[in-house]
Amino acid sequence: MNDSFDAPGAPVDGRAVRVSGRIRPAPENVLSAEELARARRARRSFMGKALAMGAGAGAAAAKAVAGPLESSGPREAIGVEGPGDKAILELPPHTTGLGQPVAARGYGVPSQWERNLQRRESPGLTRVSASSVSFAPLQGMFGIITPNGLHFERHHQGWWDIDPSRHRLMINGLVREARVFTMDDLMRLPSVSRIHFIECGANTGMEWGNPAVPTVQYTHGMLSCCEFTGVLLSTLLDLCGFDRKHGRYVLAEGADGSSMTRTIPMERALDDVIVAWGMNGEMLRPENGYPLRLVVPGVQGVSWVKYLRRIEVGDKPWFTKDETVHYVDLMPDGQHRQYTSIQEVKSVITTPSGGQVLLDKGYYNVTGLAWSGRGRIKRVDVSFDGGRNWRTARLGNLVLPKALTRFSIDWVWDGSPAVLQSRAIDETGAVQPKINELRAVRGTRSIYHNNAIQSWRVADSGEVFNVQVW
Amino acid sequence: MSRSGERRMRAGTWATLGASVLAAVGCIFAVSAATAANGAQADAGQRVPWADIGRPATRSEIQAWDIDVRADFKGLPPGSGSVSDGEAIWDAQCASCHGTFGESNEVFTPIVGGTTKQDIETGHVANLKRADFPQRSTMMKLPTVSTLWDYIRRAMPWNAPKSLSPDEVYAVTAYILNLADVVPDDFVLNERNIVDVQKRLPNRNGMSFYEPMWRVDGKPDVLAQACMSDCPVDAARLAAAGLPEHARNAHGNLMAQTRIIGPVRGADTTQPPRSTLDAAELVAMAEATMLATVPQQRKPEDLAREANCMACHALDTKMVGPSFREVGAKYAARPGAAELLVGRVKNGTSGVWGDVPMPANAAIADDDIRVIVNWILENRG
Repeated sequence: MNDSFDAPGAPVDGRAVRVSGRIRPAPENVLSAEELARARRARRSFMGKALAMGAGAGAAAAKAVAGPLESSGPREAIGVEGPGDKAILELPPHTTGLGQPVAARGYGVPSQWERNLQRRESPGLTRVSASSVSFAPLQGMFGIITPNGLHFERHHQGWWDIDPSRHRLMINGLVREARVFTMDDLMRLPSVSRIHFIECGANTGMEWGNPAVPTVQYTHGMLSCCEFTGVLLSTLLDLCGFDRKHGRYVLAEGADGSSMTRTIPMERALDDVIVAWGMNGEMLRPENGYPLRLVVPGVQGVSWVKYLRRIEVGDKPWFTKDETVHYVDLMPDGQHRQYTSIQEVKSVITTPSGGQVLLDKGYYNVTGLAWSGRGRIKRVDVSFDGGRNWRTARLGNLVLPKALTRFSIDWVWDGSPAVLQSRAIDETGAVQPKINELRAVRGTRSIYHNNAIQSWRVADSGEVFNVQVW
Repeated sequence: MSRSGERRMRAGTWATLGASVLAAVGCIFAVSAATAANGAQADAGQRVPWADIGRPATRSEIQAWDIDVRADFKGLPPGSGSVSDGEAIWDAQCASCHGTFGESNEVFTPIVGGTTKQDIETGHVANLKRADFPQRSTMMKLPTVSTLWDYIRRAMPWNAPKSLSPDEVYAVTAYILNLADVVPDDFVLNERNIVDVQKRLPNRNGMSFYEPMWRVDGKPDVLAQACMSDCPVDAARLAAAGLPEHARNAHGNLMAQTRIIGPVRGADTTQPPRSTLDAAELVAMAEATMLATVPQQRKPEDLAREANCMACHALDTKMVGPSFREVGAKYAARPGAAELLVGRVKNGTSGVWGDVPMPANAAIADDDIRVIVNWILENRG
């Protein structure tokens, strides 16, 4: 943006002020008092003449539009015959009136026209809304970042807006010295900002047996992706001198009523786990753990303990409530799989998706999201015939480890029924499975870790339905 | 105190984990050094410049927060509670959500039910193998009694977590165990006999540690292939039904859950599916549906700002026009003041407060003007 350009200025004393550069000083700053007075006189005279010319100017304009200028220079398109669009022909109030002042909203909110996109509960899924989940409206999102106000929620015993000056983080257990950190302390430490997805282990859990919910918001909306800022847990563990021989696990614990606890292996804790306060450039939202939460990249959301108050280093796993009674995967033989933490390779098409109606035949930029808890997305393939033939999609500019990756692919809809699917492959070579392949191993009752290929059936009416095709 | 049974249980379950963690420990130093390098200023073996940030925790602070009880009962405070004491606490503080016998499915999933005396023998809950079994209760899944104690201690009762004393937690735990026939009616649970109770938990052998999804470098158990063309597909599935028709509107009108611009609109799920494409009609319906939803209530001050009243008026100080407080003070007691001011805002006025006339404000909705005027009159100082 260093190119200089000629900015056409307001007519001053018959001349246009031509100034190079991005900022053109106001006339009162470059003209002498005498020149300024002359300019003002000239402006009044100009406006008076313009008003007097009113009707004639209109006629002249009509003539200019009627035919191409007889010139050998560049020719402008003149448009086709036709009545024209009222949205263009009738100037709306926002073009003819005064708009809002700055800071009318000290904290900006989305346009009133966007109010259809809300976090929503799935009716009947839970009985108590303080121990429930709200789903992010993936059907309306672009790129890979989730707006903070639309980040999915999962609360186990209600959410709080905690006074950050009274929040403390304690690190204890198998450490040389148990320590306490205020938010002031934590925010002084060297920090990182990294983009990671968070997915609830139960995301898509309602679909194990059959299609159960209508839209991608409800099938996949326990999924969000933010840039998180905080101090690496390894920095804090080093600072407290954790026991490198016996300290094989850490326990993360929240400060809210539920005081959520989850065991995390030391190997993960020392890798890329963040004790985070920042979320997309601002502080965490209260619904997402303000002022402090754990970020455990690639691992199911339940381990991302909100309102984080304590990290304990230990030599054995804890078998907490959410490691024994919930977040355990029931297998067909009646055994539960425990500590299934990693979110495996997965993807979903978000446009078009269930509950939507295509407006017309023709071109569509089919787009969606892919992610893997084991690393980067390597490839996404898309099928329009229910999985018989596949084409490889384009990936977005940002392909980050353990982050959402945007994919897109061209499609010309001919108006006949189609079944759309996407299939992600991560950098470990793992291929997203079909639902029947998952069921063959895990049955239909495991609730958690359903990373199956999603199928959307487009009817000839353009309406899109959640179906299961394999 | 016999922990051999428990140890045996965990030996099978956790053998692989132990091995893998031992392997991981070898590389901890390397990982940690790389981490410190992230901080840019830390050299190996040198004290990091932020080493003095934070402060030592006091013994009482650790005691106040370190309440977790592990599966090997590390962290379990001494104490005791009887089944009958537990019943009294239960009836007063727990039954309203969980039912008198812990069986209620109204507010939360059941705590008790689905386990048998046979399960107590085997340590496997047989009903977990049955696909047709309707509910999975807490006692059907629970592999470790420490978990029950820990969770009641930290998170119950629902609206007053951490309010129970250790003895009360023992008592409530005993009552739940009694409801599931794990302990007799006259049982008194304490920190010593809880080890024996563990050996009677119906699903104590029901958990398997699944390492491939615990380790980031594990291999998935479901290995799919990335076939690209002429791949096998169950043709019958291509026309498979989605949600049943009666569930079409179960999540509310999807038309009101999708953006009103773009290549698609939400389906109107208050009606049966459409049979034909009609873009113009769909576009119009989607916008009308959105407009019918109620926007959030705006405050009078926001309305005034949005209507640009604040360009000339402030709350307390005279700007181009008088402050709202001055206007309120002048007119509040006058009969018909609201109607007078609504008219003046709407049509404009001059000469009342000085030379600068107030222009007409035809663009502001009458209802909004009324809200603003009433707010001005209520804020007369």
